Amino acid sequence: MHSHPDWRPTASLDMLRLRAELLTRIRCFFSERDILEVDTPALSVAASTDPALHSFATVYSGPGIAAATPYYLHSSPEFPMKRLLAAGAGSIYQLCKVFRDGECGAHHNPEFTLLEWYRNGFDHLDLMDEVEQLLTAVLAGIAPLASVHHWTYRELFLQFADIDPFTVSPDELRIVLETTYGITCVGMSRDDLDGWLDLAMTHVIEPQLGAGLVFVRDYPASQAALSRLRPGTPPVAARFEAYLNGIELANGFHELADAGEQRARFEQDLERRSNNNLKPVSMDERLLSALESGLPDCAGVALGIDRLLMIAGGGHCLNDVIAFPFEYA
Amino acid sequence: MASYSTNEFKGGLKIMIDGDPCTIIENEFVKPGKGQAFVRAKIRNLKTGRVVERTYKSGESVEAADVMDVDLQYLYSDGEFWHFMDTRTFEQQVASAEAVGDAVKWLKEQDMCEVTLWNGTPLAVTVPNFVMLTVTETDPGLRGDTSGGGGKPATLETGAVVRVPLFIDVGETLKIDTRTGEYVGRAKD
Repeated sequence: MHSHPDWRPTASLDMLRLRAELLTRIRCFFSERDILEVDTPALSVAASTDPALHSFATVYSGPGIAAATPYYLHSSPEFPMKRLLAAGAGSIYQLCKVFRDGECGAHHNPEFTLLEWYRNGFDHLDLMDEVEQLLTAVLAGIAPLASVHHWTYRELFLQFADIDPFTVSPDELRIVLETTYGITCVGMSRDDLDGWLDLAMTHVIEPQLGAGLVFVRDYPASQAALSRLRPGTPPVAARFEAYLNGIELANGFHELADAGEQRARFEQDLERRSNNNLKPVSMDERLLSALESGLPDCAGVALGIDRLLMIAGGGHCLNDVIAFPFEYA
Repeated sequence: MASYSTNEFKGGLKIMIDGDPCTIIENEFVKPGKGQAFVRAKIRNLKTGRVVERTYKSGESVEAADVMDVDLQYLYSDGEFWHFMDTRTFEQQVASAEAVGDAVKWLKEQDMCEVTLWNGTPLAVTVPNFVMLTVTETDPGLRGDTSGGGGKPATLETGAVVRVPLFIDVGETLKIDTRTGEYVGRAKD
């Protein structure tokens, strides 16, 4: 006798039909705007240097390469898409599977479907408007947007946590989280301000966001990732996040185009990886070459399709919307 | 010392928190796309029964609690301690009043219960959801009254007092739901 492993999809067939419908509407939205659909490699010799992202690594051996060589599965198609932008492709979008090691839970699957798009001549504010337009079009008649709110990162923290994220010290923040909200974090170093801000965001603020679409913009410079910095006191990152019904859905940037600044950020990331005992990865030299040759002024955003489907279809977790989630793949 | 990574967290895992043994009720992975990953866990302290929430930086290690549940037979109480026995090895365990807790109301000699051992010592005693106990004291039964309406108090052989229907008499054996402390019915022979 042998046991019968569970072979059926965890998502209903209706949910899988809704997934197909959303994808059709998304392609329609971009087609009407003459934005080109592109396809870039999932495997690369380079990986994201972001210390918060862990890329799957694999090995290629065979014709074309003398010795077995490590390759990474992309955590987003950002770098090759920027190479296309630098090559003059104009505004582009892509729907693809991306892969992130170490991320599994109700709202995380180690492989998931990402919609990523870039708009020449847009800044992050223009792109926020387009995200709203896309969601309005895609969710029409299915789960219309209840409301749309805009906050800066600072306003959001002041409103929902009574904390000024630009002046608070890591110690003050840790104490407020513990005494006012009863939230502590085992293992976080005391001076990791961004870590404590992430704790406040996920444990205190996100649960209060409620129904509807919420945009957050002007992040601390230390959380700029691949966005430009806007001068000011303090300088802020030209980055935004979109939350739908309290769930993080999309992250966008007014894209950093300066090759020297980009290289410095990669190097800083690699140093942080090393300090955190994370494996080193190769930075993407082809991206840096493309930036040197010139990236058009543009904004880009990545939006999680599985979470969008979960919200549109009334699911509670990604297992409700992915046919064969990680545990059943 | 044995430890678990937060990656191993799941319901029922026994870990140490602030020197107390605890069990994980449920846990959730939380991570902003561009930020720190956390594991948020709802945890019950096995000594006090209190439920707390704890957040860990993802990947942290947590000390394992040497806790296991064993089925033991309740033997007797000497007034200060409660004595249990493993019916296969005849090994005996002695539980304090604190460990026995509310289970004391339903403990009948010879009955089997689940005893939670921490470092080999009883930490908590869980009686079965249903127990059979004999009435030692109650007002005389009203024959013919099977409506179950009203009711009266009855003292059981363990000393527990439960509300029973009017027709119940001294000497009858009753089935009791230990989770609610309620009468379920008369024992069927």
